[in-house]
Amino acid sequence: MDNTIYLQLEDGSCYTGKAFGATLTEDVIAEVVFTTAMTGYVETLTDPSYYGQMVLQTFPLIGNYGVNLLDAESEKIHLSAYLTKEYCDTPSNFRSQMDLHTLLKRNRIPGICGIDTRALTRKIREQGVMNGRLTALPPSTDSSRELSRWKCCDSVAQVTCTAPYLVDNSAWRRHVVLWNFGAKQNIIRRLYSLGCKITVVPSSYSAQQILALKPDGIMLSNGPGDPTDNPEIIRQLSLLCETKIPLFGICLGHQLLALANGARTEKLKFGHRGANQPVKAVETGRIYMTSQNHGYSVVSDSLPEDASLAFINLNDNTCEGIRYNRFPGLSVQFHPEACSGPKDTEYLFQEFMEMMERRI
Amino acid sequence: MPLNPKLKKVMVIGSGPIVIGQAAEFDYAGTQACRALKEEGLEVVLVNSNPATIMTDTAMADHIYIEPLTLDFVKRIITLEKPDSLLSTLGGQTGLTLSMELAKEGFLDAHGVTLLGANPETIDRAEDRQCFKSTMESIREPVIPSVITHTLEGALTFARQEGYPVIVRPAFTLGGSGGGIAEDEVSLREIAASGLRQSPITQILVEKSIAGWKEIEFEVMRDSQGNVITVCSMENLDPVGIHTGDSIVTAPALTLADREYQMLRSAALHIIDVMEVEGGCNVQFALHPESYEYAVIEVNPRVSRSSALASKATGYPIARVAAKIAIGYTLEEIENEVTGQTRACFEPTLDYVVVKFPKFPFDKFVYASRGLSTQMKATGEVMAIGRSFEFALMKAIRGAEISHDSLLDKDIRLLNKEELLTKIKAQDDQRIFAVYEALYRGFSIDELHRLTWIDEWFLEKILHLSRLEKAIKTQPLTADFIRELKANGFLTKTIKSLYLEGHGIKETEADFSLLDSFPAYTYKMVDTCGGEFAAQTPYFYSAFDEEDEAAPFLEGRANPRPTILVLGSGPIRIGQGIEFDYASVHCVWALQQAGYEVVIINNNPETVSTDFNTADRLYFEPLTPEDVAPIIALEKPLGVVVAFGGQTAIRLTHWLSEHHIPLLGTSADSIDMAEDRGRFEALLQRLQIRQPKGGTVRTAEEALAAANALGYPVLLRPSYVLGGQNMIIAFSDDDIMEYMGIILSQLENNLVLIDKYIQGTELEVDAICDGEDILIPGIMEHIDRAGIHSGDSIAVYPAWNLSDAQKAKIIDYSARLALALNTKGLINIQYVMHQKQLYVIEVNPRSSRTVPYLSKVTGIPMIDIATQVMLGRKLKDLPYGTGLAKRAAYTAVKVPVFSFEKLSNLDTMLGPEMKSTGEVLGIAPTITEALFKGLLGAGYRFTKKGGIFITVKDSDKAEVGFIAEKFARIGFRLYATAGTAKILREYGLNVTLVHKIHESSQNTLALLESGKVSYIISTSAKGRLPARDSVKVRRKSVELGIPCLTSLDTASSLADILAGDCSADSVSLIDICRL
Repeated sequence: MDNTIYLQLEDGSCYTGKAFGATLTEDVIAEVVFTTAMTGYVETLTDPSYYGQMVLQTFPLIGNYGVNLLDAESEKIHLSAYLTKEYCDTPSNFRSQMDLHTLLKRNRIPGICGIDTRALTRKIREQGVMNGRLTALPPSTDSSRELSRWKCCDSVAQVTCTAPYLVDNSAWRRHVVLWNFGAKQNIIRRLYSLGCKITVVPSSYSAQQILALKPDGIMLSNGPGDPTDNPEIIRQLSLLCETKIPLFGICLGHQLLALANGARTEKLKFGHRGANQPVKAVETGRIYMTSQNHGYSVVSDSLPEDASLAFINLNDNTCEGIRYNRFPGLSVQFHPEACSGPKDTEYLFQEFMEMMERRI
Repeated sequence: MPLNPKLKKVMVIGSGPIVIGQAAEFDYAGTQACRALKEEGLEVVLVNSNPATIMTDTAMADHIYIEPLTLDFVKRIITLEKPDSLLSTLGGQTGLTLSMELAKEGFLDAHGVTLLGANPETIDRAEDRQCFKSTMESIREPVIPSVITHTLEGALTFARQEGYPVIVRPAFTLGGSGGGIAEDEVSLREIAASGLRQSPITQILVEKSIAGWKEIEFEVMRDSQGNVITVCSMENLDPVGIHTGDSIVTAPALTLADREYQMLRSAALHIIDVMEVEGGCNVQFALHPESYEYAVIEVNPRVSRSSALASKATGYPIARVAAKIAIGYTLEEIENEVTGQTRACFEPTLDYVVVKFPKFPFDKFVYASRGLSTQMKATGEVMAIGRSFEFALMKAIRGAEISHDSLLDKDIRLLNKEELLTKIKAQDDQRIFAVYEALYRGFSIDELHRLTWIDEWFLEKILHLSRLEKAIKTQPLTADFIRELKANGFLTKTIKSLYLEGHGIKETEADFSLLDSFPAYTYKMVDTCGGEFAAQTPYFYSAFDEEDEAAPFLEGRANPRPTILVLGSGPIRIGQGIEFDYASVHCVWALQQAGYEVVIINNNPETVSTDFNTADRLYFEPLTPEDVAPIIALEKPLGVVVAFGGQTAIRLTHWLSEHHIPLLGTSADSIDMAEDRGRFEALLQRLQIRQPKGGTVRTAEEALAAANALGYPVLLRPSYVLGGQNMIIAFSDDDIMEYMGIILSQLENNLVLIDKYIQGTELEVDAICDGEDILIPGIMEHIDRAGIHSGDSIAVYPAWNLSDAQKAKIIDYSARLALALNTKGLINIQYVMHQKQLYVIEVNPRSSRTVPYLSKVTGIPMIDIATQVMLGRKLKDLPYGTGLAKRAAYTAVKVPVFSFEKLSNLDTMLGPEMKSTGEVLGIAPTITEALFKGLLGAGYRFTKKGGIFITVKDSDKAEVGFIAEKFARIGFRLYATAGTAKILREYGLNVTLVHKIHESSQNTLALLESGKVSYIISTSAKGRLPARDSVKVRRKSVELGIPCLTSLDTASSLADILAGDCSADSVSLIDICRL
């Protein structure tokens, strides 16, 4: 059986590779992004922030240690397609439950392997992120034009939970409401391990509904897409800022909190995705390696006067974190919950705990 | 924090001679460090006894002392130079240990010297086993159950409690010398006793064996602000139990899920933080393959072999950054030289796989034990980069120069099942080939995993390669199939030979047109960041992939100049060491100076030549025709330089000339003339220059006939030799039969040269010839008579026994030989003087081992001149003159250094086959002082009391009395075996008779163990076989650390020094920057 498939980009270029994972029944269109993390593909695949994207792994050998669903960051794969140089069908790890191909197949997600992933990475680096089409038939040049018009809409609504639920904790000290814009499981695990019980609420929740839960703190989760696509959330969030309940934002949560406070966001040329992004804590001068996955960034110059830049990216000096002075709020662009990636900034969860402590 | 303003003058201690466990990686690290310091405007004082290094080049530091690396000398240099600081972490274990001793004694404080890099507390926490264990326990990092003991009883008690097997690791030894795995009480007694002896503080660690766990390493960095990063993770294909230096290693780790990876990464950073290392640090972990249980095996708070590998694997210049941190900079302040846009404070990410493959000396040391354990045995290594593991592994194997271009080993294929299983269990350097063979034959992955504990992931990859071998033998070569084979690292040559073999046809019957026309490799850049940022590093590796980055890079150059390609020297091995890297690097610099762009191809991660900023472009590739050809096609060099890359590069000469690729310098034909026995003989006859009588043979029978015609003793060697590989002196028919067997099994289609062996004074000349004139920087004379390989003899500059007439004759012969060979560049000629007659032994129209040494002591930049000559300049137009250069102000000796303690069963008797791994220099106003320094630098300690045990072969008995008398006069008590004792008594000396091993329990071995003996002189007509008495005595001397002299000439020189009044306090110190 010929399993040749094609990846077409909006600039008209086309990469030919082999299909793996789910059989491609119809063309898949999504934004093509790359991540430079060398480990953690299960976490990447199940990270809801990748909704609407096809993800390219720059490390060429993917699938080496198989799949263990305990490593999953959500209950399913949210990205649209997976692009690798080589995938491993003979994984080896004591925890492996299945191989990568099986995981993709079960989630009905197609993959393409055997393409020159480095060439593709370099192209995105030079030209910026663009949309791509995964297709089983050799695409015509004309068809690339319509690709640029494609845009992923309403992404947060697609990945949030449908109903609120409680993650109970017999030893709980604090009650946190996690506003779920596509939250990674490890945010919940981290809060839980620090003695929180967590009520996870859908993105459609209002400030009033959240306050009714009487939280000690509110966690704004990561999530996919353009932060400005969420005007209602931003409006509700600005109401929450008035309550003095400690707020902790990660990634999309960080961007939404900034927007709610009058800052602006912009799209980065090709984003930050990987496990080696150096960020500097402005207050201490210390540098941490962080896990990142974002295509948009808060414009540092646009921060309101009563907020300060808490972290910056050492590679391109973009905003990586904000501390709010008007209310107890801290937000970071990177992922202190890691999974995948370094745990160097896990201490921020502790800081969130202390914020809640101070208030009580 | 920027540069510490208090620093003005920094002292750097190098790592000394190349030995197993401490090799060229410290030249790379030291060179990077010296440069990093100099570019800050700091005055640099360097101490290193190894002359064959780039770091001891006058351009690298302001003051360079090629002096013995002993406390006395270093203290004197500190007193003289008054540095304000000392960088401790870039000179390997040697530099670290010396720095620590200086600090602990209070010497540094007393002289106002600040210790940079790591403080004594940090070093202790890493190096002192007890301190390490308690530090790790206090921060809750797990270690392996172990006991630290100063006694054998302590070791035995622990093993009884914890159970066997246990691992023994002595404290403060290089590359784990003296350690090993003990399976039972008998072996523990032996290993523990040896470990205790070898540890300078008589301390060993005995730990529970965790053989079979995954071995994972992290290279981490920390600055004074506490910022920490990991540069690279590495995974050993060979699980715990085999020293990482002897293991096949991948970067990054390939079988860890993020959870395990982050667990170990966090642990590594935790450790470096607690230890407060400022600079680079290596952390080794053992990870249970089926749980999260792990243990910290080792922490090295300094640059190391692994850090050199990590540097080359990622492009991140660890040594440079470590040096900058040591003088005050933070990671944030240091630029990432690779991207030029980002900072050194980040973690490299790879978009390729790196495989390191060790290079072992067992091809030369046929009787040395090949078994691998916790004591390192490899002399060098190669690294290969690929877009898949298979591609990188295949590249590494063919680059290791072990006559393999795949995992198929012809001898192992012939083994039956039992033999194959035995081979796999032997855990030796050929295990990977045996594993491949087993998979080829259908053994299951599970079975092999149980036998070897190699992770199934690696076994699957090896199985994949074996399936491809099978497929080549049975399937047609379609385009898809060829693409698959190429992407998995098969060479065209390999595919063809397997195809022909499998299909049972001849080359003329096969259609290889599709294969031959297949597109070549593309080249990808090593950029530290997986392509995320634009990089300008001219550091490339081959891939079988779509996009090529090298050609656009070449097109994008602003002012392209003509290009010259320099071929490097591959892995460090006995006979081809760091000297050739020195030469390659100098050639690169000279070519750049002359206005060329220079491309280097090499695959040794330990070297200066493979730093991406040494040449204009670096291709990290094996030096085989199929790997070099596409680079030549791409770079279109004006010429290729083979003269500086040792035999590795010379071997390509024939292929280059066949393909009409211009060689720079001496032509392929001339090289052939010097190597081809028949042509060379004809040349000498024409020039009327004598050489020892001899001939060429192909079989054992021919060899016997020739030997009897010439008369014993005779010298046997293969026609293309490397460091005297398989070269022997035969005294009988039996010797001939034994050695021909070995030679013919290893080197197919190789002619064997057989010569009358002349025992005279050996002389050596390195010269530069431009085709018209010759410049001889110096004539060297060997202390040891011919018969000991020139690399193993003490070479003295200038020759001290030659009359003016003899000198004139050597100049005349050298000039005529160089001109007749139409030499354009360097030429090395070895002579033997016997009964006032001069014979030529060997001519090599290329760079030699002695070139760096001679360049440094004469101040004549030989490589630079040779390079200019190769480019067409004439000696008479250069400022160094012609003929024999004026004698330099000092006498210098080059003293070989061995790694015998690492290689069990290897006979230490010197002979025509080279055994040394490195060398030191002794430079002084007189020969006695120079020898004193040289021998001291090589590890001799000049005890003037105790006894000397003498046992020599019959042919040495005539002279031994004279030498023994010298020792007796100094006050040594003489011990000898019966034959030697008789001679010495006849000579009028008082001798204590010692029994041979089988005669009594009060035998030679007991004497050595008694501690009564300070020196041994042992020569025997027969050696090599470990079962022989003489070999056992010499091995015992290695275990006990008693200097054993196997050359009467060296013994005689030693006696003279002992009788004299040289001391570490009195001999003059020489700054070679001020010659």
